[in-house]
Amino acid sequence: MVAVSSMDVATSSEFVQLLTPEGQRLENPEYPLEITPEEVRALYRDLALVRRFDVEATALQRQGELGIWAQLLGQEAAQIGSGRALAPGDMVFPTYREHGVAWCRGIPPEKLLELFRGVNFGGWDPGRHNFSLYTIVIGAQTLHATGYAMGMQRDGAEDAVIVYFGDGASSEGDVNEAFIFAASYNAPVVFFLQNNQWAISVPEERQSRIPLFQRAHGFGFPGVRVDGNDVLACLAVTRKALQHAREGQGPFLIEAFTYRMGAHTTSDDPTRYRLASELETWKLRDPIERVKAYLSRGGFADSSFFDSVESEGDELAARVRAACLSMPEPKPIDIFDQPYAGGSPLVDEERATFEHYQAGFAEEGGR
Amino acid sequence: MAVITYRQALHDTLRSELIRDPNVFLMGEEIGVFEGSYKITAGLLTEFGPERVRDTPIAEEGFVGAAIGAAMLGLRPVVEIMTINFSILAMDQIVNHAAKIHAMFGGQSKVPMVIRTPGGGGQQLAATHSQNIEVWYAHVPGLKVVVPATPADAKGLLAASIRDDDPVMFIENLALYNTKGNVPDGDYVTEIGKAAVTKEGTDITIVSYSRMAAVALDVAKRLQDDEGVSAEVVDLRSLRPLDRATIVNSVKKTGRAVVLEEDWLSYGVGAEIAATIQEGAFDYLDAPVRRVAAAEVPLPYAKPLELAALPDATALVKVIHETLDATRFRR
Repeated sequence: MVAVSSMDVATSSEFVQLLTPEGQRLENPEYPLEITPEEVRALYRDLALVRRFDVEATALQRQGELGIWAQLLGQEAAQIGSGRALAPGDMVFPTYREHGVAWCRGIPPEKLLELFRGVNFGGWDPGRHNFSLYTIVIGAQTLHATGYAMGMQRDGAEDAVIVYFGDGASSEGDVNEAFIFAASYNAPVVFFLQNNQWAISVPEERQSRIPLFQRAHGFGFPGVRVDGNDVLACLAVTRKALQHAREGQGPFLIEAFTYRMGAHTTSDDPTRYRLASELETWKLRDPIERVKAYLSRGGFADSSFFDSVESEGDELAARVRAACLSMPEPKPIDIFDQPYAGGSPLVDEERATFEHYQAGFAEEGGR
Repeated sequence: MAVITYRQALHDTLRSELIRDPNVFLMGEEIGVFEGSYKITAGLLTEFGPERVRDTPIAEEGFVGAAIGAAMLGLRPVVEIMTINFSILAMDQIVNHAAKIHAMFGGQSKVPMVIRTPGGGGQQLAATHSQNIEVWYAHVPGLKVVVPATPADAKGLLAASIRDDDPVMFIENLALYNTKGNVPDGDYVTEIGKAAVTKEGTDITIVSYSRMAAVALDVAKRLQDDEGVSAEVVDLRSLRPLDRATIVNSVKKTGRAVVLEEDWLSYGVGAEIAATIQEGAFDYLDAPVRRVAAAEVPLPYAKPLELAALPDATALVKVIHETLDATRFRR
């Protein structure tokens, strides 16, 4: 067996990069990108603010205010780049880590915390933002996205669907079945795989003998590996993939080659299974630093810009923290509200029994 | 009113729902060109085309998951899973997604889909192709589970399921496809969650569903004619929601109850019925509630062994006699 190391491919020609880790702009004839300094500054702002939000959410978890938090640290460019490539009518199916994409869809960050604080299953309206609720079950949303895309195709809509998942999920049957269905029906869906190298403690090598983007070829649609820490490349490649889908050319797999710089979630300690030197290597490829370097070196932004983004981040963090701490506790009786869209006599019966049960405590002087 | 088969009733209802609502479409393995393993979808591909009658790759988790996505968009997918045994491959999408999305999305996304699938033994299809696992789904809040026993209910409940805003497991039975019965003409919808008293009686209640409800009705008629025993038959029609009131009211009248079920005894539908009766009609019972169910073995392939493992009319009659005799009922 000849094993192809993922890292080798990351430096090969099958790797779309438009901004080097040093902040140098590259051109790629297949993925041209015309972008103004103002637009790059806007991307920088997105990247910096979602990172600041992520830091605050992690702190809130450490202080006992959130049950758990899934950090996006290190994956900001993959999410902002792809998120900013979306048109308003496109539909997004996220995992539980797509805080950056949620940001791009206009969801107030504090809304994301409702799930992690445990006051509800997710506080935003998926229809209004075209951003589905977080899916915790690994890979399951790839099928929902495919079916949704098949429905859009049937309706003659000129929109596309993008679905996020990870390197670990790529081994799930659901994901492989989604590839088959999307290919068979030529569904307008972009599969956006964030390869952050680790499925909790299991490295990507355990999931696949070949680079993950190459799997698409076996299913009969294009796959490309993009520098997932390069916001410009993620933007350009996702735009092209969405256009491909909208034009009726079917599914597209993007493997955003990135790195989970934090833990899988706040319940995880990555120092138990990976070397510190690996993290140091990836810090040199930081998704935000390279944009900063590009803007500074080109004279497109000065320190006042970076300072203003930083203070905006601090304000955002303070707002998010205040919102988190003031979230109302849900009422126990609410558990009976939503098991069925059309209601159910069994649920009504249980609700009545529960009300009676609660009233019993009230008679005893409250509970 | 016309006399047609259970199969024909299903077919005609699918067809009329496809005509009635352009958002309804069918999806499943071999349902198009091959017209379904049990020919329920015969002719529908020709009439409605491949957009609305979709042959799928062999991947149950795949097409159930895709149907969920389509339902979230507002379509009304009617999925055929070739037999209930294969639904096990789609268990995560059914139980973790179809059943939960409405609640977990704060009521903001509905999943109006139907999964049609036949269960049942007696066809010599052996252990992996003959199971009655409807109770697995009946256990799950968020799902509805219907189990029609007659051609009329096949029609009325299928129409109701397709028009329902929640995911419905519509469980057919292989041995019922060729059975015939009166079916009302025109638009006919049966409310989900209502049991039917298919024969009134005063001496004993037989609770059953699907194919066994037909067996129960035959037995009840025979006992009436041959022995003068007045048995009441309750056909559940829906396992979730379960019509507890109809069961309890019947037992309050008769004081005796037997459950006839094709699934396995332990943790089966009959256990839920027995518990429902003791909670709702304990003081009315003259005898313990009895259950007649399948032997707790993987269903055999050999015909005599398969027959030995499945519940039947003889076993039901024996248990009814024992229940009556235990209460010194004169027959």
